[in-house]
Amino acid sequence: MMDYEKLMSRRVQGLAPSGIRRFFDILDTMTDAISLGIGEPDFVTPWHIREAGVYSLEQGFTKYTANAGMTRLRREIAAYLNRRFDLTYDPQGEIFVTVGGSEAIDLCIRAMLDFGDEVIIPAPSFVCYGPLVEMAGGVPVYVETKAENEFRLTAKELREALTPRTKLLVLPFPNNPTGAIMERGDLEAIAEVLRGTEVTVLSDEIYSELTYGQRHVSPANIPELYERTLLVNGFSKSYAMTGWRLGYVCGPREVLRQMIKIHQYGIMSAPTTSQYAAIEALKAGDGDIERMRDSYDRRRRMLLKGFRDLGLECFEPRGAFYMFPSIKSTGLSSEEFCTRFLKEERIAVIPGSAFGPGGEGFARVCYASSTENIETALQRLGGFLERLRGEES
Amino acid sequence: MNEILKLLEEDGRYTPAEIAAMLGREEAEVREVIKKCEEEHIINGYTAIVDWDRTSEESVTAFIEVKIVPQRDDGFDRIARRIYQYEEVESLYLMSGSFDLSVIVTGPSLRAVSRFVSEKLAPIEGVRSTATHFIMKRYKDKHRTFLVEPEQEERTLFI
Repeated sequence: MMDYEKLMSRRVQGLAPSGIRRFFDILDTMTDAISLGIGEPDFVTPWHIREAGVYSLEQGFTKYTANAGMTRLRREIAAYLNRRFDLTYDPQGEIFVTVGGSEAIDLCIRAMLDFGDEVIIPAPSFVCYGPLVEMAGGVPVYVETKAENEFRLTAKELREALTPRTKLLVLPFPNNPTGAIMERGDLEAIAEVLRGTEVTVLSDEIYSELTYGQRHVSPANIPELYERTLLVNGFSKSYAMTGWRLGYVCGPREVLRQMIKIHQYGIMSAPTTSQYAAIEALKAGDGDIERMRDSYDRRRRMLLKGFRDLGLECFEPRGAFYMFPSIKSTGLSSEEFCTRFLKEERIAVIPGSAFGPGGEGFARVCYASSTENIETALQRLGGFLERLRGEES
Repeated sequence: MNEILKLLEEDGRYTPAEIAAMLGREEAEVREVIKKCEEEHIINGYTAIVDWDRTSEESVTAFIEVKIVPQRDDGFDRIARRIYQYEEVESLYLMSGSFDLSVIVTGPSLRAVSRFVSEKLAPIEGVRSTATHFIMKRYKDKHRTFLVEPEQEERTLFI
């Protein structure tokens, strides 16, 4: 008998499995539950974008592209970033196309870290950063963001986490799971702390088009941060293109020149069909972005009002499509709360504790779901909270 | 106002409370705007989008091109009024191009619709000719598709 535990990489085996495995095991068995769990647009990719992918196949464009992605696509990305976020990157050398934002994040981490280097990760946040850092031999250093700061990373929190070994700072804003954003002032304060250090910023801006009430500001918009920022973005959230697996990274050409080697050996090039579709998205998709964002915004307001009417404490998220209400008043842990809510009311939301330190006591509710689902969820939540109150007394 | 209208066009069953929540406005204000729109005929009714092909009800729809003799004074409106008063007429549009009026007519059978065209529509004074096209299949109406889209594969993933 092979002893696989002995055979396999200790580093991989050491990766923490999701701490809420039990919750997901239950979720897997429930097919009739209403899910406000999966963080994904509920739109299908707009037809003109899909059609551009289909057309590229009809024409027989089925080969690899350049490692960095098609020149036309990189030019469109540069034009898009300039048009919508006032950012300037050279399509030759300062942009390359990846398999989703996820690959771009992995590449940034692997390209920057040496063994033992520290990476500061604000949490709660998306689950991938820590494990990817560990895989690259680095050490994740989590900084808990606070509800009273609207889950923004403050200068003080950052300063306390910095050490001489800090190599990277992840800025995952607009944030999954909290919906927090960083405004210009917040980023300027971060820039002040980083001045004189050798820390690089990895800015995961996959939700940059989903902000409500104000435009997204990138760390790269702050002059002192521009040269030390690796900007990661993609098509999944802004154009409802999650399954196309297409993203990109922008930054200093010296960094990208090294980084692209990993991409070249591990991936070759991002999917060709997806690249053709993405060109169409960038050229003619601004209207789609606004239409979908307006729709999320309506549901955001509806859900927020619903939570407040039920007396559930929740800060108003200004980005992404998540709400992160506090469930502390129920006296349950977030895993208990979500497990019971799922079993008893058949509504799936994700325990805040899944998103790292600082998430306990909260639940992530994704409002990229139909208004009917949101209303049903709110109704059942009302009944559930009442029953919990009854149990207490 | 337009935001409210767009929402109602998307789903006429949204209540003022729901619309207010979605737009971050007061319910009373939404109620007021809707009332005003109804009074001013900006909103002209609420209806369901039915796919009759999925029912036992037999129903036929025809799209009829109508050419009419150019009119003096009130232009096409007088003839249009004579046409749209018929129960059978679902929609009526004045068109640019090779014909003048587009009439959409529904009836219980091909024969009923044909009879309407030959006995009611064609004889109207000023109607020069008609060309009737029967609708064979409805794919999309009012932004709603009638074909059932294929279901996505079941997935377990954490994002």
